[in-house]
Amino acid sequence: MNELWFSLILFVSSLAAGLLGALSGLGGGVVIVPVLTILFHVDIHYAIGASLVSVIATSSGAAAAYVREGFSNIRIGMFLEIATTLGALVGAWLTTKVPTQAIGIVFGVVLLYSAYASLKAKHEVITDKADALALRLKLKGTLPLGDGSVQPYVGQRVPAGFGLMSMAGVLSGLLGIGSGAVKVIAMDQAMLLPFKVSTTTSNFMIGVTAAASAGLYLRSGYLAPALVMPVMLGVLAGSLIGSGLLVRARVRTLKIVFSLLIIAMGVEMIVSNTIGR
Amino acid sequence: MSWTDKRIETWVGVMLRTGVMLAAAIVLTGGVLYLAQHGGQPRTDYRVFHPEPWRFASLKGAVTGIATGDPRSIIMFGLLVLIATPVARVGMCIAGFLFERDRMYVAVSSIVLAVLLYSLFLHK
Repeated sequence: MNELWFSLILFVSSLAAGLLGALSGLGGGVVIVPVLTILFHVDIHYAIGASLVSVIATSSGAAAAYVREGFSNIRIGMFLEIATTLGALVGAWLTTKVPTQAIGIVFGVVLLYSAYASLKAKHEVITDKADALALRLKLKGTLPLGDGSVQPYVGQRVPAGFGLMSMAGVLSGLLGIGSGAVKVIAMDQAMLLPFKVSTTTSNFMIGVTAAASAGLYLRSGYLAPALVMPVMLGVLAGSLIGSGLLVRARVRTLKIVFSLLIIAMGVEMIVSNTIGR
Repeated sequence: MSWTDKRIETWVGVMLRTGVMLAAAIVLTGGVLYLAQHGGQPRTDYRVFHPEPWRFASLKGAVTGIATGDPRSIIMFGLLVLIATPVARVGMCIAGFLFERDRMYVAVSSIVLAVLLYSLFLHK
């Protein structure tokens, strides 16, 4: 295969990943690394480099649309970014220290967890109970409801949320992913923020978190321009097309199919890295 | 959310989108030139990791590379523009919080910006 065909196939695969990621709400970034390592035999360091860049592109590319909806909370996002960026520095540093197989196994586990989290039924609990720390840090807001009224909310269990966000940051830096699934858990499970606020604020945070790993990735030579180019352009195009399409009716089926795909890739990554193929 | 918060977010959203589109256009330009020159050669083997050379790993390297006409340096320059967009986002939030006289969040955003700048420029 020549370089032109290789680039075109990478572009089309990444476009499909970005499209599926946007339509299912799981994000395209999480499948880029397994697709590159399993299907295209790319070393995981190059793969996480290409993935990290794609994650920054989709996060920033989707930001304008999320702002329009008015659900994201910049203060909560900014406060928690202290945790995710510091975590990302640690995660990116770990990529230079831990063996390749270990990165692969952790990646597999995160894939399995992401699939599980996306299929699990969601019980939303919104509260505006006065939490002293959250109020002092202004971690509160109002959720616009469809009928013009608003639902006030206040963040709870701030230290737990902050701790989980540090973990999300470590995983983001270690695996070159957005860790959207862990970020959403920190916000809607630990801090009891409304689901819409969690997902949109998480998207905003993903780009900043990923940028914190980018410096070390660059200096460690993980960014191979000719490989990143088709992947980043493909994921970006796919996610923009995906977020523009409104195919609500089929989302549930799509989510199940995509989750099964993610589970298969997760198992493959754990198995192949454990037996050291 | 206050009216000014909404306005900060709108600016930020527009800035991010512009940055990403600019970065994508630069990467695409570099990619087309790269494939025009190297498209016919056998695909690069990425099975074994060899750190990318310095000329693809820094702003200075990318700019020097563009001067020598290497399309991969153009791609790298586009990637650096992309990496800069979230950093600029945090910078804009600092400006917005300053405007709102929210000292605590000027401090919070400044910490985040400091971590990002440390990561990009100082960290070894």
